[in-house]
Amino acid sequence: MTGKAGENSIMEKKKVTAIIRRQEQIAEDIYDLWLETDLCMEAKAGQFVSVYPPDGALLLPRPISICKIDKNAGLIRLVYRAVGNGTRIFSGMHSGHKLEILGVLGNGFPIEKADEKSVFVMGGGIGIPPMLQTVISLQERSKAKNINAVLGYRNERFLMDEFSMHCLAYAATEDGSYGTKGNVMDVLREHSLRADVIFACGPMPMLRAIKEFSAQNGIEAYISLEERMACGVGACLGCVCKTKEIDAHSKVNNSRICTDGPVYYAPDVEI
Amino acid sequence: MNTKVKIAGVEFKNPVMTASGTFGSGMEYSDFVDLSKLGAVVTKGVAAKPWAGNDTPRIAETYGGMLNAIGLQNPGIDTFIERDLAFLKDYDTKVIVNVCGKTVEEYLEVVERLGHEKRVDLLEINVSCPNVKEGAIAFGQDPKALSHITKEIKKKAVQPVIMKLSPNVTDIALMAKTAEEAGADAISLINTITGMKIDIYRKKFALANKTGGLSGPAIKPVAVRMVYQAAHAVSIPVIGMGGIGNAEDALEFIMAGATAVAIGAMNFVNPYATVETIEGIEAFMKSQGVEDIGQLIGAVN
Ligand SMILES: Cc1cc2nc3c(=O)[nH]c(=O)nc-3n(C[C@H](O)[C@H](O)[C@H](O)COP(=O)(O)OP(=O)(O)OC[C@H]3O[C@@H](n4cnc5c(N)ncnc54)[C@H](O)[C@@H]3O)c2cc1C
Ligand SMILES: Cc1cc2nc3c(=O)[nH]c(=O)nc-3n(C[C@H](O)[C@H](O)[C@H](O)COP(=O)(O)O)c2cc1C
Ligand code: FES
Repeated sequence: MTGKAGENSIMEKKKVTAIIRRQEQIAEDIYDLWLETDLCMEAKAGQFVSVYPPDGALLLPRPISICKIDKNAGLIRLVYRAVGNGTRIFSGMHSGHKLEILGVLGNGFPIEKADEKSVFVMGGGIGIPPMLQTVISLQERSKAKNINAVLGYRNERFLMDEFSMHCLAYAATEDGSYGTKGNVMDVLREHSLRADVIFACGPMPMLRAIKEFSAQNGIEAYISLEERMACGVGACLGCVCKTKEIDAHSKVNNSRICTDGPVYYAPDVEI
Repeated sequence: MNTKVKIAGVEFKNPVMTASGTFGSGMEYSDFVDLSKLGAVVTKGVAAKPWAGNDTPRIAETYGGMLNAIGLQNPGIDTFIERDLAFLKDYDTKVIVNVCGKTVEEYLEVVERLGHEKRVDLLEINVSCPNVKEGAIAFGQDPKALSHITKEIKKKAVQPVIMKLSPNVTDIALMAKTAEEAGADAISLINTITGMKIDIYRKKFALANKTGGLSGPAIKPVAVRMVYQAAHAVSIPVIGMGGIGNAEDALEFIMAGATAVAIGAMNFVNPYATVETIEGIEAFMKSQGVEDIGQLIGAVN
């Protein structure tokens, strides 16, 4: 394996019917969706599910990260931005409606890498949701020395209060309306924050900056990547990213994000 | 009730196969499907050496369909034999290996290597992938080139040869006849239809490769028509595909003249589509009092 990120999930993948238990809008175009599904028993931080639009003309399932797992209530929570036809249909659905989902997909964050270390959990934009369960899982494991969340928003904040319940959370807004004006990297500079490990999800420029920053400062960084997907299970080779070394599965410098990712040890991938 | 079909002397327990490139070598879908229930597993195109494929984005959804431009990424024949074929040994299904190459020599190298592999029941020669610049599709669009490569492969092949035809031609019946006359044991169609999608907000092509292959329900009527025309042009068996997602779809192809069918993009929509299609065909035969699937093949003239 190229990746030193988390091991593949050995759980069986399934397509199941989930029931919407709650959905509300929490910011402009941002929706907070709670699904009842027994996939929650197998899910972990940084993994995702793929949600089928209930419209036969929209064929492909939409990959959405798991924002929070509630095993007791049998729920998983997805927080997504309504951007196109599929997510717009989801945003109009209500409690009691059903959604077909494929899961649990991907490897997830290797939270044990933060044992005895101080860790930054960094999220940018719609990359913020999966970092909430990451913070919760780190707190539950209670082996990390210190957990800081660093969240980057365009302007309007969401989920920030919940991060603050589990760790110290810093924010940046592009317009400076809250916290540091700028992006997540500006937060690190402004507060002179230090960490040994970074877990991150967000837009490509942010991930590139983190990859560079972690290499320069000797920090172990794990980043979650995104790509267009079809099968979601590793069969179609649609969702690849470039890898530094030849990938064990593909025998070329391509790794399947849906199966061998989405989380990668930053030095392993060319982004 | 009999659902068995025969192609080039090989017997399949039912007429439902996977379409090359949409099912890996079965490994990834074995969580969902008991591969031993399938008529055959048709594996992703394999070349003599590993291929890196195209840049991303490689996938774009379109209305009722999808475009792909994977560019035939594959790990090469060595890994394929050691890993993928070895994996399939444990399953009671037929194995059809899809072969690709950039030159006739490259195709022949793979065909000869596979000749030593007992697990391989048939070869499917992809002369129709629209996503690679060199070779491949040129063979599938020019009758002379198709005839030449078919003959060369038939000289070297140990297993029966299926030529996979491109829909990106004016006269599909001519291509089908050309393959038959050159010695093909069967033909399969359709491969994807070349398409394009533009992201109007980014003012860019949706795919890094600019064009991609259209598949899924959107292409089904085109595929049924082409299978019908091809089946009427030749006497060798035809394997039909293009947008099949359930038994009704599959039966359209069978009645149009296909001896077997393959399911591609719809695996992504419903990972259980192959087995559900097999069960649906059995249910149809039962309800319609059809004793033998053979009675349905080419039933509509
Ligand atoms: C591993 C992973 C995790 C993700 N997690 C989240 C999340 O937690 N919250 C969230 O809001 N979004 C997330 N996304 C992005 C989300 O998948 C897209 O926003 C969504 O698919 C858009 O669908 P649509 O029908 O609204 O858009 P359309 O533009 O109509 O979609 C057309 C096609 O393109 C695909 N597509 C469009 N945008 C993207 C994208 N950015 N990434 C991948 N495929 C895309 C769709 O899946 C669909 O197949 C994630 C993506 C990946 C790969
Ligand atoms: C992602 C993807 C990859 C494919 N790869 C191959 C391939 O390697 N070789 C091949 O002959 N056809 C390939 N095809 C074509 C399919 O086998 C099939 O002919 C086509 O998609 C039409 O069927 P469908 O509509 O059921 O998908 C691929 C199709 C898709 C969607
Ligand atoms: S989406 Fe098919 S391999 Fe990742």
